[in-house]
Amino acid sequence: MSNSTKLVPTPGQTVGPFYGYALPYEKDNELLAPGSPGSIRLQGTVYDGAGQTIPDAILEIWQPDSEGNVVQRTGSLVRDGYTFTGWGRGAVGNSGVYTFTTVNPGPTKSVPGKAAAAPFISVAVFARGLTNRLFTRIYLPENEEALASDPLLSSLDPERRKTLIARRDPDGGLTWDIRLQGEGETVFLDFQ
Amino acid sequence: MPEETNAQPESDESVPPAEPKAAHLPLDKAIETQADLSAEINSLGEAYRRALKDGAQPETQPRLDYPPYRSSILRHPTKSLHHTDPETIELYSPAFGHQDVHALESDLTIQHNGEPQGERIIVAGRVLDGDGRPVAGQLVEIWQANASGRYIHKRDQHPAPIDPNFTGIGRCITGPDGSYRFTTIKPGAYPWKNHLNAWRPAHIHFSLFGTEFTQRIITQMYFPGDQLFPLDPIYQTIVDQDARDRLVASYDHSLTEPEWALGYNWDIVLTGAKRTWTENEALGADGDDDNE
Repeated sequence: MSNSTKLVPTPGQTVGPFYGYALPYEKDNELLAPGSPGSIRLQGTVYDGAGQTIPDAILEIWQPDSEGNVVQRTGSLVRDGYTFTGWGRGAVGNSGVYTFTTVNPGPTKSVPGKAAAAPFISVAVFARGLTNRLFTRIYLPENEEALASDPLLSSLDPERRKTLIARRDPDGGLTWDIRLQGEGETVFLDFQ
Repeated sequence: MPEETNAQPESDESVPPAEPKAAHLPLDKAIETQADLSAEINSLGEAYRRALKDGAQPETQPRLDYPPYRSSILRHPTKSLHHTDPETIELYSPAFGHQDVHALESDLTIQHNGEPQGERIIVAGRVLDGDGRPVAGQLVEIWQANASGRYIHKRDQHPAPIDPNFTGIGRCITGPDGSYRFTTIKPGAYPWKNHLNAWRPAHIHFSLFGTEFTQRIITQMYFPGDQLFPLDPIYQTIVDQDARDRLVASYDHSLTEPEWALGYNWDIVLTGAKRTWTENEALGADGDDDNE
């Protein structure tokens, strides 16, 4: 695509403090019903540069199903309780903790000629004080081989790479924290 | 492990309490005035204009690190964003349709029994990707203050009236040509606590999806000619004037409806799409999932 036809993108702005009555909706963070077969809890805490929890951040996740299929089904905003749409939204609570009920993403088909990517959940982060959304990824901790050959992870030094890999909880769920700034700062992505 | 706290969020963006005699002056700390903030804003703006003159690339997005917006100080990454090619799931967007959004959700003036107070307006435009293709059948969400500048939110406690006939939330699904249209009330400016006498220009929050998740954006639409633009540290997080202008709607008399509402036009351009499109996608889905 030639650059001459490109339009300049509209700038982002902070989500601000008052999204709470607008963006959240019923079952927004339940990509499937809690307790249903194959469901896991994905949880974590969002921290600022002083190590304090952030009480006004909102996250979105977007992921393939457990078979690795990219789902293109409507119904994320009005969930029927059976259709896995792959997308969810979760505001943190006062203690900075977010929770989703979802499935482990399966490995998606690799692009010919490119190394197979390890399964991951795509994340968009919004917060008061964050002037534009941030993108990042949550990788599953298993399958070291796939992680080692992943194009993104293998391009990061080991300390930074760790910030994108979730911990497996005893109950089978995943824990993954976000640090917007400072020690252990999460790797955020630029796709342009 | 940082101590978890259930304390109220920092109050730098909440607003003064509603008591009539509420001192709008915090007495317990040195007060930063608009003049202090404007000096910082202007100095960053000057430095940017000098850099431009010296050949720097124009900045098209807000700065993540913009100290005049005080709540950004501890909330911006200090390391550069890591460039990577979008892969698999990132090259697709979640699908939304008429199961998700009712047609009436695009009219914010009919959500209650009575008419909301204020100036009724129509805000309409198109969502396009960086190649000028319409983003069809995608979700647009908006939220805003009422005509008095008050949000229906427990943290907005400033002494302006709540309107029982206005919530300030709307949604729609874009048409085949990427078009969206909302009927609403022109929001008022509202005060916040970034510094003494800080006021946000009137704005409507917009949340948008593209055809790929990498195009996801939340932003704010402003109204033309607002005198608060140069004073507002959030609008000024975008240091480039041309880029800032892209957030300002145009008054459009062809959208104005006689004896009903003033019209504003605002088009949104998302970043370019990376995925190779199928012919059907390039032609534009109609946003209806009934055929699935």
